[in-house]
Amino acid sequence: MVRGNNAKYYFAEGFRSIFTHGFMSFAAVCMIVACLLIMGSFSLVAVNMDSMLGNLEQENEFLAYIDESYTTQQAQALLDDIEGVQNVSSAEFISRDEAMEEFLAGREENELLESLPPEVLRDRFSIRVVDIELMAQTVNLVEGVTGVAKVSAALEIAQGFVMVRNIATGIALVLIGILLFIALFIISNTIKLATFYRREEISIMKMCGATNSFVRWPFVVEGMILGMLGALVAFSMQWGIYQLIQAMMISSDGFMLVTMIPFAAMASKMLMIFCGTGLFIGVVGSLLAIRKFLQV
Amino acid sequence: MIRLIDIEKEYDNGTKALKGISLRIDDGEFVFLVGASGSGKSTIIKLMTSEIAPTEGRIMVNGYNLNKITPSQVPYMRRTLGIVFQDFRLIEKKTVYENLAFAMRAVGASNREIRKRVSYVLGLVGLDKKADRYPGEISGGEQQRVAVARALVNNPSMIIADEPTGNLDPQRSLEIMTLLERINEMGTTVLVVTHEKGLVNRFAKRVVTIDNGKMISDETGGYYNGSRE
Repeated sequence: MVRGNNAKYYFAEGFRSIFTHGFMSFAAVCMIVACLLIMGSFSLVAVNMDSMLGNLEQENEFLAYIDESYTTQQAQALLDDIEGVQNVSSAEFISRDEAMEEFLAGREENELLESLPPEVLRDRFSIRVVDIELMAQTVNLVEGVTGVAKVSAALEIAQGFVMVRNIATGIALVLIGILLFIALFIISNTIKLATFYRREEISIMKMCGATNSFVRWPFVVEGMILGMLGALVAFSMQWGIYQLIQAMMISSDGFMLVTMIPFAAMASKMLMIFCGTGLFIGVVGSLLAIRKFLQV
Repeated sequence: MIRLIDIEKEYDNGTKALKGISLRIDDGEFVFLVGASGSGKSTIIKLMTSEIAPTEGRIMVNGYNLNKITPSQVPYMRRTLGIVFQDFRLIEKKTVYENLAFAMRAVGASNREIRKRVSYVLGLVGLDKKADRYPGEISGGEQQRVAVARALVNNPSMIIADEPTGNLDPQRSLEIMTLLERINEMGTTVLVVTHEKGLVNRFAKRVVTIDNGKMISDETGGYYNGSRE
């Protein structure tokens, strides 16, 4: 428990130490900024990829063809049964006529095709799923609905989406883990240097009867301040860089199809993640640094 | 009160620093712990402050059993002791006042307690006029008086002075020893580790002599001939 009187002392000492070792503090903040920026950039790429894949997934629909013996009304009546199937998010009925129109659209005018009666095609449902990973099971369940004659689904494409997303998430997580470790190492060494300068003070404090937590707190406060400062600077820079890239994407023809999530939509979450990571790096780094000096 | 019973200490490198030391120091005593360099005096101090543990034997310091003390209890045990070092160990970038306040802050004293106690202790060691000076701006003798004041500031029941006059000229050494004697007269137990026979013999206190890790004499009003020096 931190006593009020002591808390004032810890903060005063923490701040004092930052200015006493001004250059090292500056270096530590720069390192935290660099690490958070890299981590943030990878995370944003991953989030945007995930969002784009999500959009593509949603568009990944499959078709359920209705038995030819069913009238259009009977076929339409199957909507509830199909939508009732687990993992089906929506189902849209497409009549034979609509299917024919769609079939002919975009094709060159061809008398032979135009003369085809709609009956050669079947009534059908275009079905979208909630979780693309369960696509195969959902297809099986829809096939089992009475009245459904056949189902056409591009299962390989669905599995491809899942694989790409899993790989992207895995790479991002590994990179974030490595960078977190590097950031911890750097801040720990920075604070170790500060503790090394103050080792005499620490040994005097210990000989006077200071508890480990009393010795530790000013360094933890120092780490917290450096971590927070780094987080805020990194967040501001990340926002600026993101906006710049987004503006470039919009004005570039090559990336017209790439849609980026607006930063403002993620800002509060990003700020929390940056501050949380900054604090974590600062506090854990300082605790690692001070550990050795407490053994007096 | 301090009790050392059959203490043996062997360091990791195989050096046997202490061989069967038994010693009792009662509250209010003034004791000189004497012996040549490397005789084991500093090891005894380190054992008393729980910096190291004995290989064998039992140690009690001001009610704490150091054989069973937990790491979280060590700071509280140390608060019953005031340590004075040969090299003063003052913080150069803090003033005399701040050095003392720092020691009180370390044990969680309030600002009001610090103001009151530091002024009183500085007056006691005759440095109240130099409270705002930095250690580099005062003499060696004055620096050691600041160190004594720092050891005293948390009102310990015992002061351990490890070679307190080692870096001082004879006149300043006498001043420091007189100051410690006065502190003892006020009720604080004082243990002075030294190998300066002139000073020891002048004060005619209890003298415990250590030689090669063994206690070879313990005499009240004793004399140290320093033959091994």
